Amino acid sequence: MSELLELSAAAAAERVRAGELSARELFELYRERAANEDLGAFLWVADEAPEVPADAPLCGVPVAVKDLFCVEGVPSTAASRILEGYRPPYTATAVERLIEAGAPVLGKTNMDEFAMGSSNENSGYGVVLNPWDRERVPGGSSGGSAAAVAAGLAPWAIGTDTGGSIRQPAALCGIVGLKPTYGAVSRYGMIAFASSLDQCGPLTRDVTDAALLLRHLVGRRDPCDSTHLEFPGEVSLPGAESLTGLRFGVWGLEEEGVEPGVAAACRAALARIEELGGAVEEIELPYAEHGLSAYYVIAPAEASANLARYDGVRYGARSLDGDLTSMYERTRAEGFGAEVKRRIMIGTYALSSGYYEAYYGRAQKVRTKIVESFRAAFEKVDFVVTPTSPTVAFKLGERTANPLAMYLSDYFTVPMSLAGIPAISIPAGLSDGLPVGLQIAGPPFSESRILDAAHALEQAIGFEGRRWR
Amino acid sequence: MIAREQVLHVARLARLALTEEEVERMTEELSSILEHIERIGELDLDDVEPTSHVVDVENVLRADVPRPSLPREKALAPAPDPGPAGFRVPSPGAS
Repeated sequence: MSELLELSAAAAAERVRAGELSARELFELYRERAANEDLGAFLWVADEAPEVPADAPLCGVPVAVKDLFCVEGVPSTAASRILEGYRPPYTATAVERLIEAGAPVLGKTNMDEFAMGSSNENSGYGVVLNPWDRERVPGGSSGGSAAAVAAGLAPWAIGTDTGGSIRQPAALCGIVGLKPTYGAVSRYGMIAFASSLDQCGPLTRDVTDAALLLRHLVGRRDPCDSTHLEFPGEVSLPGAESLTGLRFGVWGLEEEGVEPGVAAACRAALARIEELGGAVEEIELPYAEHGLSAYYVIAPAEASANLARYDGVRYGARSLDGDLTSMYERTRAEGFGAEVKRRIMIGTYALSSGYYEAYYGRAQKVRTKIVESFRAAFEKVDFVVTPTSPTVAFKLGERTANPLAMYLSDYFTVPMSLAGIPAISIPAGLSDGLPVGLQIAGPPFSESRILDAAHALEQAIGFEGRRWR
Repeated sequence: MIAREQVLHVARLARLALTEEEVERMTEELSSILEHIERIGELDLDDVEPTSHVVDVENVLRADVPRPSLPREKALAPAPDPGPAGFRVPSPGAS
């Protein structure tokens, strides 16, 4: 096994910069691994190392890209059969920026179809196995990206998070995942699921890599995304060793549904926070418990509108059956999977005449209350801390028959999405040999502070997460 | 609870052809999901403003300068049935 594999992305970039490693050799190492993997993590792998601009800050360290991002000329399907064969005529801004910064695309990773799911079992192209236990799910929807990083098939990856789709798979695969502030990363060219929630972010081996990748994802305003915001300053690379003076508000450890092993690993991490000088206290987050209900109105409603464009006219698959309307109905019936259909139905129902106010209108008000809850919390504490997922990785097939049970995976991640605030998941430890994630959230644009605190905690926990062979 | 007729109506609105089996399953699944969602109906939300964008943003205007757009051939290329000047589709009246 190549010792190069042991290098974090930041360390690999350093080696290349120092002239001790060729970017081409590094790309080839990962290309070979990604092309021959057996977890189902990749849907497409690059043929050869592209030219990397000289002096590019990321030095040619390749990145795995969730299949939700359009990359010019490269199959981009959102893991849906309805986009089978689609090769976009343009590249997403987030990917474009990473390429410019010297991180070429290694491949496209598997995911839940249109990012709808928490187990990666909704992919139109097969499941992804968790490298910690191949009978278990990697989480979702960015399951391919998480599994690829955890298994050393890619140095780092990007994913997207609408209600937990970066953080939950990162937790279940024992890696780091960060959902930035809503609007921090351009959504242009990112296939839309729920536009008021979708956000791109890094999945990495450690906190430093997450900071480095985020630094190059954010930046100047993208004229192609009106919700994109200029990031205040540069994302700093974390260096904190102490948490003195920082206050951590804990929420949810006592909630029903949190596995004892998950709670125990989180409590152990809280003890590390205190050893590092941080103050830990329990807090209330009123209305957060209603987050999931509001989310399952807002996300499907927006999805039902966003997915109206897949009708067999402009891209992807078409199923002919008589007249135009029948073509629409047949194409969508054959192209979409069960979960996508379910959400289109919920969303269409919630937005249909006479129901808008009772569902979408009310859900947006719940959202206001959740925003207020976090605002009040951040007057007392610097960060809100929760388990990322109430459970460790579950068995393949265990929750597919019960959509609601699957939705509960996102109980702790959805409130931050609704509030648009940044949150990271870092490995807290193991429960029965499976990774447990700890979530740390902060106010809008507090990414650098979150990363710094997470870095100090990561050093203290000393999680051993390498799962490659 | 959601009735079978409602499922069929919503499927029509969403342009989704459902099989008989799907209609039955959806009727059941949507009912249990809606039941969960309807918990927000119990909350007192009078006088609460809805939130659509969570970070305070102002409208941004830029100069309306013409710039090259995607060439037509490139935009048409991924279509299942591209014509010389547009996307070809079956007639709305075909049977």
